[in-house]
Amino acid sequence: MIPVQFDYLAPTSVEEALAALGEHGDDAKIMAGGQSLLPVLRMRLNAPEVVIDLGGISSLRGIRDDGDAIVIGAMTTHHDVRDDALVKEHALLVSKAAAEVADSQIRHRGTFGGALAHADPAGDLGAPALALGAQFVIAGPGGTRTVEAADFFVDLFETAIGDDEILTEVRIPKHTGWGAHYEKFVRVAHQWPIVAVAATVKGSIDEARIGLTNMGSTPLRASAAEQALAGASATEDGVRAAADLAADGTNPPSDLNGAADYRQHLARVLTGRAVLKAAGN
Amino acid sequence: MTKIELTVDGAAVSDDVEPRMLLVQYLREKLGKTGTVIGCDTSNCGACTVHLDGTSVKSCNVLAVQANGRTVTTIEGLADTAEGELHPVQEAFRECHGLQCGFCTPGMIMQAVDLLGENPHPTEEEVRLGMEGNLCRCTGYHNIVKSVLHAAEQTSTGATA
Repeated sequence: MIPVQFDYLAPTSVEEALAALGEHGDDAKIMAGGQSLLPVLRMRLNAPEVVIDLGGISSLRGIRDDGDAIVIGAMTTHHDVRDDALVKEHALLVSKAAAEVADSQIRHRGTFGGALAHADPAGDLGAPALALGAQFVIAGPGGTRTVEAADFFVDLFETAIGDDEILTEVRIPKHTGWGAHYEKFVRVAHQWPIVAVAATVKGSIDEARIGLTNMGSTPLRASAAEQALAGASATEDGVRAAADLAADGTNPPSDLNGAADYRQHLARVLTGRAVLKAAGN
Repeated sequence: MTKIELTVDGAAVSDDVEPRMLLVQYLREKLGKTGTVIGCDTSNCGACTVHLDGTSVKSCNVLAVQANGRTVTTIEGLADTAEGELHPVQEAFRECHGLQCGFCTPGMIMQAVDLLGENPHPTEEEVRLGMEGNLCRCTGYHNIVKSVLHAAEQTSTGATA
């Protein structure tokens, strides 16, 4: 199938994009890499009158060092995020998760900001962004504002980005030297995760941060498990009690891929694996 | 209609297209490049894989307008036809019989070329992971993986010869 007809705008600056969004309002849809949007348009689950393509705005691409954080431009592809030296050094968890998004072809087109703004609870980047305490820089008609990860994800496919706003970049506080692993559970290749766990640890183990994918309508932090892991030894026995807390407070969906209680079981098992791998064991 | 100008398989082309036209439709229906096929229509199978500015993409999941100003290479532009030779990866697929029905082959080859460009000496596991976005409905993966490994070997032999 092909999408219904739409008008196509290709602004070359964030200001132009915001003006287009202001003019067309609800009739318009922002397109980043298009890897989630185009299937939706092709299946005619959505039919915007105007598509605003951010692909021509070069200022939205790239990764830079900004003191205590690294800053990832919203239009940077998963492929570039995965391979970036700054990301690997200061936010290894993000590199590991970006490597697991869909498949090679999709990672060449799909973007970091686009995936986060799409806010699919089964998307791979929300959990690491939440675990690392990312900050989302959002541009609107009145200027830019910054939203903390804990406030960014609102509900299924819903974020704090307003109708007249665009996500421009994501700041990731540096976690230099932290081990990291993204443990994704799928039945077939390049599937969305049934459950995935994003874990990053300092030492083995002084401190841990854990994000959960597809365990509710938004990415979630496994806070109880994080607390229990502080000071734990990085052995199977050492992490088991903490990993058993990973599903606390979650409300995962039941669907053809698994029932809610099965997903909670997975979250506990995968947290144990992710933490051990993050700690290098 | 939106005007686009791009390079496809080495030739400059210019057209007015509907913004909703997919790159794969443009290649097949406007340019007649039917070597690139539509498999699943859901961006899963990778049969429509082409290179956009040198990296692999699923051309059913890119709009033709998004290719404006860019360079597209399809399976039809891979070989050096002036020399009458197949691309080494095409040659390897023939040598190792990396196909059954052949429908997934154009996409498999384009993805394999991308994979070997990034990682010229992959392990078998790296090949299987790197090709995960391409499905073979005959489930003939074994010979496909062999073909990619064979191409890597041939290329490195050629480089050192």
